[in-house]
Amino acid sequence: MSKLALSNWLRCTLIVARKEIDVELRARHAIGTISLFAISTLIAVSSALNGANMRSEVKAGLLWIVLLFAALSGLSRVFVREQEGGTAAYLRLFAPSTSIYCGKLFFNLLLVFGVEAISVPLFFIFISPETVHYALLIGVLALGGWGIASGATFIAALIANASAGKSGLFFIVAFPVLMPLLLIAVQATVGAFSSVDTYVTRAVADLGVLGAYCIVSTVAALMLFDYVWYD
Amino acid sequence: MFGMINTTIRTSREFRHISNALKIGLLLLLCSTTIAGFIWLPEPTTGFLHPALARMVVFHVPCSLVGTVASLVATVYAIMYLGTKRREYDIKSRVSYSIALLFWVLTTVTGAIFANAQWGAYWSWDIKQSCILLLLLILTSYFALRAAIDDPRKQATAGSVYAVFAMVAVPFLTLILPNGPGPTNHPKGTLTTREGLSSEYKWVLYLGFFGLTMVYLWMFRLQVALENVKLRMSLTVDGMDRDVPRVNVRERIRSL
Repeated sequence: MSKLALSNWLRCTLIVARKEIDVELRARHAIGTISLFAISTLIAVSSALNGANMRSEVKAGLLWIVLLFAALSGLSRVFVREQEGGTAAYLRLFAPSTSIYCGKLFFNLLLVFGVEAISVPLFFIFISPETVHYALLIGVLALGGWGIASGATFIAALIANASAGKSGLFFIVAFPVLMPLLLIAVQATVGAFSSVDTYVTRAVADLGVLGAYCIVSTVAALMLFDYVWYD
Repeated sequence: MFGMINTTIRTSREFRHISNALKIGLLLLLCSTTIAGFIWLPEPTTGFLHPALARMVVFHVPCSLVGTVASLVATVYAIMYLGTKRREYDIKSRVSYSIALLFWVLTTVTGAIFANAQWGAYWSWDIKQSCILLLLLILTSYFALRAAIDDPRKQATAGSVYAVFAMVAVPFLTLILPNGPGPTNHPKGTLTTREGLSSEYKWVLYLGFFGLTMVYLWMFRLQVALENVKLRMSLTVDGMDRDVPRVNVRERIRSL
């Protein structure tokens, strides 16, 4: 790719991301849904389990369930909105497909990191783990968030053509693809909440698997996106 | 194999005999592996709550292998569909996934029955159980996704893309997670090492695998032929397809 083409691609990607942020700030649909979803799930979970004696495995599992459900409640908006508003055709004319995927992925990444920034501190207040390795936890949250965002963005493009019940379908279809990621992320988070050395070293190894998963799923999504987008 | 024969039986009576002979041979093969599995195989002396439980392996493992073969075939057809956009490949891919789903359900059920007798519970979140559950979820989501899209062309594309994308998760589910260092009740190296199954067990298992693969091919051919007939009917009713001559189906049926 020549230098000019690359800079053109980058410009397109940034414009798509900018446009997503502008549209979002106008209505604040996704931000409101996702953050309220995260907060209410967190409150439901922590009040239902109030006073229960939980091990770090349970706490790690609860954290990722809250994050996954919250993220999946709003991440499909990026493509469903284009389809419902009839703007997908203009977008196809305007930008190359990879920069559309990357721009929307960038926006969804911002959303996921935003949810994590809101719900993880709240999680610490409601359900406090005994020990926390902050560097490890931030690594797991970053890679896990990236994996969720890249998979969910791609699945959102897939289900945008569905005739009815898009949000339910989005969850059904995205869940099995994201589930392995979730299992590894939970295992790594157990290490981040644990004082046992073997768990911590296992969690560091899990970070590598998480990174591999993210890279593979993003590359696969980029390779397959043309078929969905230009169909 | 059956396909080659099926296409030629129309012209020659001779081939019909060969086809029938092959089907009877398949029936005998499957009967003999079933009888061998239940009666002929020696019972192991150690390792099982009841020695006869070991016989499960010659039914459980071939089902999972055929499911894997069927899903690989389906994925290859999905990739071919994306490359060529020819509808026949999409039909083959979908049919093969449905048969893979059937065989993986059989694997899960036989495994759960064994687990209840040997490990004390139908489901214990053993790593292989978790992984096959996710594989079943991927396949059912594939069919849910297809069912939700009305336009047949978009349905085919979305289904194929999802199938190929989900293959990203499959190596994690079939290779990385089950063979990790974590605790599992499943034995390792039963097929690949000399210390695994004894040679009698391996013979019955591989013959069963061969027989069930033939059953898969037979089902596949029949189902694909049926789907093609359905497609042709719907296209002629709608009058949408340019390749198919427009026929009044009602008149055609009356003339039969």
